[in-house]
Amino acid sequence: MPASATTPIDSSQLLSPKWRADFPILSEEVGHGRPLVFLDNAASTQHPRQVIDAMRDVYERDYANVHRGIHTLSERSTELYEQAREKCRAFINARHFHEVIFTSGATASINTVARSWGDANVGPGDEILVTIMEHHSNLVPWQQLAARTGATLRHVRMTGDGRLNMQSYAELLSERTKLVAVVSISNTLGTINPMREIIQQAHAAGALVLVDAAQSVPHMTTDVQALDCDFLAFSGHKMLGPSGVGVLYGKEALLDAMPPFLGGGSMINEVQLDTFTPAELPAKFEAGTPPIVPVIGMSAAVDYLQNVGLEAIHRHEQQLTRYCFERLETTEGLCILGPAPEHRAGLISFAFDRIHSHEFAQVLNDQFGVAVRAGHHCTQPLHRVMGITASTRASFYLYNTLEEVDQFLEGVAAVTKMFAPRGRKRKRKKPDE
Amino acid sequence: MPSDEEELYQEHILDHYEDPFHRGHLAGATHAHADKNPLCGDVVRIELQLDDAGKIVDLYFDGQGCVISQASASMLLEEMYGKTVDDIKQFSAEDMLKLYGPRLTPNRQKCCLLSWKVIQGAIHSPVDSNDER
Ligand SMILES: Cc1ncc(COP(=O)(O)O)c(C=O)c1O
Repeated sequence: MPASATTPIDSSQLLSPKWRADFPILSEEVGHGRPLVFLDNAASTQHPRQVIDAMRDVYERDYANVHRGIHTLSERSTELYEQAREKCRAFINARHFHEVIFTSGATASINTVARSWGDANVGPGDEILVTIMEHHSNLVPWQQLAARTGATLRHVRMTGDGRLNMQSYAELLSERTKLVAVVSISNTLGTINPMREIIQQAHAAGALVLVDAAQSVPHMTTDVQALDCDFLAFSGHKMLGPSGVGVLYGKEALLDAMPPFLGGGSMINEVQLDTFTPAELPAKFEAGTPPIVPVIGMSAAVDYLQNVGLEAIHRHEQQLTRYCFERLETTEGLCILGPAPEHRAGLISFAFDRIHSHEFAQVLNDQFGVAVRAGHHCTQPLHRVMGITASTRASFYLYNTLEEVDQFLEGVAAVTKMFAPRGRKRKRKKPDE
Repeated sequence: MPSDEEELYQEHILDHYEDPFHRGHLAGATHAHADKNPLCGDVVRIELQLDDAGKIVDLYFDGQGCVISQASASMLLEEMYGKTVDDIKQFSAEDMLKLYGPRLTPNRQKCCLLSWKVIQGAIHSPVDSNDER
C-alpha cells in the first residue's frame, strides 16, 4: 500500500461509535466465533433497539386494525399509523401529508406507478427512459409496461467510470419521452446521480420523473420539493426499519388523477354491487390492511436517523468509503466498479480477474466474520455491460467503523493470496490423463 | 480455523480448480448441454461423445464461475470418464454433493449441482450435426 496515495482520515467527520450500542445484532458472532462485521447494508440494514422497541410496544399495547374500528386500540393504532405518515412526509419534505403512500417497499411503489399512471398515460410511440445502472426493480416494471402498451424503453448510457452519460441522456430525451425512471444512487456502482439536473432536463422536455431512491433516502437528506421529482420510491428495510414496508411519494395532482391500482378494502369511498368510487388520497392507493406495525417501525427509524443526522451519516460514510477505496484500489488484479470516491455514496463493488465473488464472500464470512454481498445485486444488465457476471460489494452504514473496514481489507488480501495460482496439480487417477 | 469437513476449499478441490480434468471443447461430441446459475452467473457446458451402446467415449466441460462450480464440474467428469449413460442417470444429486465433499449451505449447493444438472441434461441433448460448434 503506497502511503502517499491515501488521504488522511478526518476523524471529526466520523460518527461516534456509541451508536453501535443501540444495535443488539452487532454483538453477534458469526463464522467460528468472530465478531460480526456487517457490510451488506445496501441489501438491508440492521435495527436499533428504538425500532425494535417501538414495534414491540405496539404489539403489547396498541395493536388493532387501522381506520376500521371505533374501539380504543383501533384508534391508537390509527393514530400511530397516521403519525408515521406525517413523519415520513417531513423526512422527505413532501408538501402534503397525503402525498405519502405506504406500500410494501420500493418495488411495490414503482410497480404502482407503472400500473396506475403507466397504463393510463403511456401508449404506442411513447418512450420510457431508464438507465443502464437500474436495479431490476426499476427496470422490469417498465419492460412490462412497454409490453402492455406498445411503448419503447430506452437506456441512458454510462461513462467509462460508471457515471451517467449526460450527453446520451440529452440525446435520448424528446417529446416522445413520457417518463424518466432513474436511480438516485446505484446499488452496485455507488454512483450519486445528478438528480436535479436530470429532473430539470426531463421537465423541460415535458417528461415526468420517477426517482428510485432506495439507496439515497437512508443515507442523505432528501427534499422532494427541492428536487421537484414527480414520484419517489424507497424501502423501510434499508433505513433501519423493518422489511415489508416502503413509501411511494407522488405529487398531489398526479396521484389525484391516477386510477387506483389494487382494489379492495380501504381504497373505496362507496361500493355498489357492480361499481365503486375510489377513496381520496392516500387511502386510494392503500388497499387492504396495510403493514401497520412495520409502518410504525419505519417511523421510529426516521426518528433515529434524524437524531443521528442525515448529513452526519453521509459524511461518516464518505470517510469510510474513501478510506476503503484508496486501499482497495492498489490491490493487483482487483477492479473497483464505478466512479472515484467524490462521486460515490457509501458502497464499493469490485471484480477480480481470477477470483469469483463467491470466494470473497465465503472466506470473508468464514474466516473474518465479514458479511458482504456476492453476485449481480439485481443489476444483471449493468454487470453485462461491464463484461462481468458478478461482483463483491461492501456497503457501509452509520454503525460501521474504520476498524471494520480494515478487517474487510485484510480479508480481501487473504482471499487474493489463498486463490493465487501456484501451479497446483490434480492427483491423476491414471497416469495418462 | 474451520474443521476439515467444513473447510470448503480443501487442497484437492483447489487442485481441480487450477488443473481441471478435461476442460475444453470436444470435437466429436454427440451430446452437449449448457446451463447457468442465475444467482451468481456460474456457467457450465458439457460435451459428451457417446457410442451406440451408451458408453461414454469421452467428455469435456467448459465454463466460468466460482471454485465450487468449476472444481465440481472437473470432479464430476473425472468420475464419469469411461462410464455409461446409465451411470450418469443413476448418479444422484446427493452422490454429487458427496463427491464434492465439504458440507455446503443451500446456496453453495446450487453451485456444486450446476454441472450435475448440465450432465443430466446433456444425455438428452443430441448435437445437431449441422450446428456443430
Ligand atoms: C436501487 C434499488 N432499487 C430498488 C430496490 C428494491 O427495494 P425492495 O426490494 O425493498 O423493494 C433496491 C433494493 O434492493 C435497490 O437497491
